Amino acid sequence: MPDEKAETFEDEFQTIKDNLEELCRETKSLSVLLIDKAGQLITSAGNVSSIDIPSFATLSAADFAATSNLADLIGEHDFSTLFHQGEKKSIYVSLIADKVILAVIFTKETTLGLVRIKVKKTAEKLGSLFEKIFRTLESEYSGAVDDDFINEAETELDSLFE
Amino acid sequence: MALINYSSKEINCKIVYYGPGLGGKTTNIKHIYSKVNPDNRGKLMSLDTELDRTLFFDFLPVDLGTVKGFSVHFHLYTVPGQIYYNASRKLILKGVDGLIFVADSQIERFEDNIDSIENLDDNLAEYNKKAEEIPLAIQYNKRDLPNIVSLNELEDALNPRGVFSCEGVATEGIGVFEPLKEVSKKVLRKLR
Repeated sequence: MPDEKAETFEDEFQTIKDNLEELCRETKSLSVLLIDKAGQLITSAGNVSSIDIPSFATLSAADFAATSNLADLIGEHDFSTLFHQGEKKSIYVSLIADKVILAVIFTKETTLGLVRIKVKKTAEKLGSLFEKIFRTLESEYSGAVDDDFINEAETELDSLFE
Repeated sequence: MALINYSSKEINCKIVYYGPGLGGKTTNIKHIYSKVNPDNRGKLMSLDTELDRTLFFDFLPVDLGTVKGFSVHFHLYTVPGQIYYNASRKLILKGVDGLIFVADSQIERFEDNIDSIENLDDNLAEYNKKAEEIPLAIQYNKRDLPNIVSLNELEDALNPRGVFSCEGVATEGIGVFEPLKEVSKKVLRKLR
């Protein structure tokens, strides 16, 4: 991928990250995670050091996928948000641009109402940006890595999976 | 498609173990978990029933390390094999980059293998994907059992594309890493 394109991505990701940090701050949440529907973390804000991120991302995506199918069974297109209430911590999950999952982890320091309003605002801001990113990703996908990368990665694979 | 995050310099690839129920998919992933350097793998997560049958999926993240500045991660999933869990199976195929089909070599499971590989095609079609577009390898598992179908018959029935295949005894770790290595390399080459 040409450097120019990579720079554009850097700028867009920075905007996303800034928005997530703002959301985290304004809602006094512990952390905010952005996950793709296949269960891979895109980026995060706040304190995520105590979270097993790969497991969290995978389960959030699975959770969303399972409830989407539940929605289908009762004739709904989707449940656009999910809320899991715990004794000390809760999770609010929302879908952005039909492709990206936004998960907010919060405590009793804040309220569900505030989280819901602020998430909606962030989702609106990020929605169009994601549409653009996904369009670019699809069109610029081939040629992302070169032969040197493949050779080195294959050597690593051989030693990892001995 | 594999997710390339240019901002955090990460590449994430999703590899799914598919096949009939009780064929050994979870055994494969457990063996990988036990053999890969703990620094290179995360927690093995299993969403199973009380009887240890996979209900939703097993999940194991494996890190390849940093290659040319990119940190490369493989996310390994298994699907529940039983016929009535097709909704879960379909969900796990979302965003799949590579597939390992674990066939059960026992004579009485021959038809189940065929049903499962046909089910894979059907489920991929629902995501507008064709099986031949996705890197695939086949492991003929349980070759240590006495009552098994010959390799030629299995190849004729399950491998018309002539993809990489090997014999396996997943309980002993035989033929576990070969298909994984093959598919992982193909997934990475597709990024080129």
